[in-house]
Amino acid sequence: MTGLLAMFRRLEGPQTAGRGPAFWGLFALVLAAALAYPQFSDGYTVGNTVYFFVWVFIALSLCLIWGYGGSLSFGQTAFFGIAGYGYGILTINFGSAYGFTLVALVAAVAIAALFAVLLGYFMFFGRIAGVFLGIVTLAVTLMLERFMAQTAGPEWHIGTARLNGFNGMSAMPPLTIPWPGEPIVLFADVGLYYLVLGLLVFVYLALRILMNSSFGNVIVAIRENPERAEMLGYDIRKYQLITFVIGAALAGLSGVLYTVWGQYITPSSMGMTAAALPLIWVAVGGRSDLTSTVIGTLVVLAAFQALTIYGSQYALVFMGVLLVLTVLIAPNGLVLGVMNWLGRIATRLTQRAG
Amino acid sequence: MSLLELRKLNKHFGGLHVTNSVDLTLHAGEIHCLIGPNGAGKSTLFRLILGEHHPGSGDIVFAGENITALKSFARIHRGLSVKFQVPGVFKGLSVRQNLEIALQSRHRGRELEAEIGRLLAFLGLESEQAQIAGNLSHGQKQWLEIGMAVSLKPRLLLLDEPTAGMSPEETHMTGEMVQRLNADGMTVLAIEHDMAFVRQVAHRVTVLHLGQVFAQGSIDEIVADERVAAIYLGQAHA
Ligand SMILES: Nc1ncnc2c1ncn2[C@@H]1O[C@H](COP(=O)(O)OP(=O)(O)OP(=O)(O)O)[C@@H](O)[C@H]1O
Ligand SMILES: [Mg+2]
Repeated sequence: MTGLLAMFRRLEGPQTAGRGPAFWGLFALVLAAALAYPQFSDGYTVGNTVYFFVWVFIALSLCLIWGYGGSLSFGQTAFFGIAGYGYGILTINFGSAYGFTLVALVAAVAIAALFAVLLGYFMFFGRIAGVFLGIVTLAVTLMLERFMAQTAGPEWHIGTARLNGFNGMSAMPPLTIPWPGEPIVLFADVGLYYLVLGLLVFVYLALRILMNSSFGNVIVAIRENPERAEMLGYDIRKYQLITFVIGAALAGLSGVLYTVWGQYITPSSMGMTAAALPLIWVAVGGRSDLTSTVIGTLVVLAAFQALTIYGSQYALVFMGVLLVLTVLIAPNGLVLGVMNWLGRIATRLTQRAG
Repeated sequence: MSLLELRKLNKHFGGLHVTNSVDLTLHAGEIHCLIGPNGAGKSTLFRLILGEHHPGSGDIVFAGENITALKSFARIHRGLSVKFQVPGVFKGLSVRQNLEIALQSRHRGRELEAEIGRLLAFLGLESEQAQIAGNLSHGQKQWLEIGMAVSLKPRLLLLDEPTAGMSPEETHMTGEMVQRLNADGMTVLAIEHDMAFVRQVAHRVTVLHLGQVFAQGSIDEIVADERVAAIYLGQAHA
């Protein structure tokens, strides 16, 4: 009981912006609006919102590894792809009966995490850090993309699942919950929306607790000064590896949800553009804060999509401009800058009242 | 009884022989100062003891155990702790969080809060606890890092130029702090250029020159040694 209480107290702390009744009141309000929203919208729009939500997990993975941990990883899309393809291969082979799609979701995320254990072990225990970590992870991502792109021939299949080269894999079953009478199929509208929203809230709160715990302390300590952290007795490579694996699992979750959302996955989801976009969302939002990352990602994605209507070249230019502006005006992130500013105003108001 | 024994430690950086067959024994309970000209290899010797560098040959024995092959963090678990030459605090985090990170593996919950409070008082940093460590003065950063190193309750505390950039009063206070820790049973190995500090605290002094142990003895013996004056103290006092 006290343990549970201590855990909830970790929802707030020095590693996460937002505290106090004002913040959590707003949080509850936003959550209530998100829960009610499908009742006032149509299936297509709700499905589109799910698409936005799906990307937040990979953004959070980058926030964790890069923003908190200080290691810039270009490899998140690799885990995204591995888990996406993993889900496709598993469900195309074994179908969706008996809740197997849910098993496949967990298994696909686990495969991505396992891959991260191998890659991470090689990198962190081989003392690859800084720029080199970025280079190695990017190389792995692009290699995977190249590899998947050349699997067009019929000889490339795992069981009954054709890999299909650049065209990608499609027609995997959507998530299906076994139910007496009729199983509930979560198509990319209201059904999937509530599942993804639930996962999002859970992951967000869990990461808040994790980052404000003693584990989170060590992670930011390693970002600030790895030598000092080790000289306080922390096996920093172990902590970096665990963070990397958690990040990979989150990126993998994004990949699986993306795959069930559109019922397809292609090698370009692991390409250069795909690897760069999450970096922009996270940098613009505020890489060292979970809330800023979530808000930043959703806002940038929505703006990007709105601009794409006028042509995707404008949207890409907009992203570039946004990144430059961020670096110039608020290097720690635009959303985080605004949140800190609001926080200062709130303190001043409460001080005046008190 | 010896707490730390360095046996014929050799370290090369390319063609540079930074530590040349260094033999050094620290007795449990002593305050030992390591002095010598710039570039003598003092900080490198610390990094060898801590496992950040690995010696080309030679052994490091701590409390009877050969730790030459141990990883750094494991050496810390055995009872070593260090304050680096360049202050190594967590610059972007608050003073309080710096101390919390140092203390959290030994204390939890209310006990942790109490320990942080005690350490803040010990360091005289209570009113700075919410500040970002990067904004502290140089001397305060030094103290914060000493505090973090001390909080591990090490058997051997390594201090690399603990008083650099401090005023004479601050230097004296740091000396008293070191003596207090030593009275509680901590063995201390300190690299220092400030001879007033060395005179204040050292039980024994070792002079390192060109990577070799050049002289060893009490502070009076060292100061009286003309060879030491020629290579080091002469210039320091000039
Ligand atoms: N990582 C390294 N690579 C190459 N050379 C190094 C490295 N670290 C130190 N050195 C060289 O080794 C020699 C000894 O350096 P060290 O830092 O141990 O000296 P020091 O006695 O601590 O000097 P100071 O009093 O100036 O701190 C110097 O010539 C230095 O340039
Ligand atoms: Mg030095």
